[in-house]
Amino acid sequence: MSSTIFDKVWDEHVVRKVKNGPDVLFIDRHLIHEVTSPVAFLGLKSRGIKVLHPEKTFATADHNTPTINQHLPIKDPLSANQLKTLEENAKENGISHWGLGNKDNGIVHVVGPEHGITLPGLTIVCGDSHTSTHGAFGAIAFGIGTSEVEMVLANQCIMQEKPKKMRINVNGKLGAGVTSKDVALYIISKLSTSGATGYFVEYAGSTFESMSMESRMTVCNLSIEMGARGGMIAPDEKTFTYVKGREFSPKGKKWDTALAYWKTLKTDLDATFDKEYTFKASDIEPMITYGTNPGMGIGISKEIPFAKDVCEGEITYAKSLNYMNFNQGDAMQNKPIDFVFLGSCTNGRIEDFRAFASIVKGRKKAENVTAWLVPGSHIVKKQINDEGILDILTEAGFALREPGCSACLAMNDDKVPAGKYAVSTSNRNFEGRQGPGSRTLLASPLVAAAAAVTGKVTDPRKFI
Amino acid sequence: MAYDTFTTLKSSAYPLPIENVDTDQIIPARFLKATERKGFGDNLFRDWRYNADGTPKENFVLNNTKYSGKILVGGPNFGSGSSREHAAWAVYDFGFRCVISSFFADIFKNNCLNVGVLPVQVSESFAEKIFESIGKNANTQIEINLEKQTVTLIDLGISESFDINNYKKENMLNGFDDIDYLQNMKNEITVFSKARML
Repeated sequence: MSSTIFDKVWDEHVVRKVKNGPDVLFIDRHLIHEVTSPVAFLGLKSRGIKVLHPEKTFATADHNTPTINQHLPIKDPLSANQLKTLEENAKENGISHWGLGNKDNGIVHVVGPEHGITLPGLTIVCGDSHTSTHGAFGAIAFGIGTSEVEMVLANQCIMQEKPKKMRINVNGKLGAGVTSKDVALYIISKLSTSGATGYFVEYAGSTFESMSMESRMTVCNLSIEMGARGGMIAPDEKTFTYVKGREFSPKGKKWDTALAYWKTLKTDLDATFDKEYTFKASDIEPMITYGTNPGMGIGISKEIPFAKDVCEGEITYAKSLNYMNFNQGDAMQNKPIDFVFLGSCTNGRIEDFRAFASIVKGRKKAENVTAWLVPGSHIVKKQINDEGILDILTEAGFALREPGCSACLAMNDDKVPAGKYAVSTSNRNFEGRQGPGSRTLLASPLVAAAAAVTGKVTDPRKFI
Repeated sequence: MAYDTFTTLKSSAYPLPIENVDTDQIIPARFLKATERKGFGDNLFRDWRYNADGTPKENFVLNNTKYSGKILVGGPNFGSGSSREHAAWAVYDFGFRCVISSFFADIFKNNCLNVGVLPVQVSESFAEKIFESIGKNANTQIEINLEKQTVTLIDLGISESFDINNYKKENMLNGFDDIDYLQNMKNEITVFSKARML
């Protein structure tokens, strides 16, 4: 029977099918961080269970870490305790741990691929909804809750009902100034923030095929923002080249065997999906959000839609625009902004810093803008330096911070103050996401850069 | 962590007819710093419930003394966003044992099932009827029967059935969890694990 890449990888991992219930799915890689793991370890302790496969488990501190002065003790005792707890749990259970200051430390979804932990055909979970990022490699990767973290630590398996299947096709060449972030925000604006709930997505078509691995990660990362548990892209030569030679990727004969298998990971021509959408790359322009969920996005040249033209109900829509202090029919361009955040598991990779630098090069940061530029990992930070990007940023009046999740969820001190507007390359514009009362406009690194040098929402195409 | 059993629940409810209630509203990220599962109910809907100075916002439903009960009725796409189980813990810790909505986000729904909060998905029209009834009478009684998979508006005498997979239903009726199940198939998992190449 013909099957999709999702079927192939899923079925390969089913240990048992529970009658009238979920599948018991074997998990190849388990990534953990300081926020969603401590209660899982407590649970294991109280049950007297040991971690079954510490060698398949990888810990990094990211959600709660400061992005300046990482060498100093953390001021917030609760944050410090969470990091200490992760370190102790990792040590006690023989789990590799990249803590604060470690040269391999960074955001969990950035360091996984960097080290070859993420590979095609694997099942990967983490107590974080943006685990979908790893689907860019043709892996089944999804976020889980803490009870499930405990489940995977204890048994290396998770009990899940197999989701329905959706394929999203985008074909054609993206215009200048249009990035993978815009493609993702465009798709979410079409499907809505819950349009893919209950589905696992495959992204297919020439637009995704021509994307770099970094760009594909951005697309898959945002799958959860339309409700999908995960999204994946069939692995190709680009994928294989990316993973080859990395610390945890297979070597020698093992590599050859793995590669031969990975090449079979494609959706069969006559395979069917429960739902399918097709879009044209040429219809997509740089995107920006205007509301309080990632589905509330429009092309940067457009106006905020009227209530009758959106999927939200009138009360919810009015509440959202009221929070943002925007009006229906407002143009987004030239709206003044206060903060710019470049970073996160969505757009904290080297490609994103190259894009940002391409706009700010030879220009100056606007005086009214506070900019937080936060690399996704120490490896990304080193690359920024090695490629001369840091010089461009410094020259333009920007400073680089230390890696971490930072202002994406504002668990640390990187909080956007109440009422202030931030153009952010992160993934969520929920009320208060970047700090109580903060107002977030999600966008690509190019749009963020254009805003950073002009102090207002600006179409980056005028700088290209 | 195994939890309380759930069989039937008869209670009044808090109405929250907002769409896309996300996990950052249910529990903002700055309250995720604990290393133990306790006290999250205090910060449930923190920024909708309290002003910046800590005083309660009087018009928010959880601060309105005319409402009470162990059931929260939300708008569609309830629990979207992050995978933080803290959201489900906060709902539980506040005292809720059931959330009713016409549509749930996936991870939140799973998390609820794993912590002993029953997510009950009803039709949009039934959700409307619940909101209407509570609008007329804040003490509207709702009965959830897990065994029969029904939700009933007692005063109106109308019921609707809801879906739950049989495995999860048994778990909730008996207070078992997935780890109990998986621990009993250790050998099968070991054999499977050894056959994995990567």
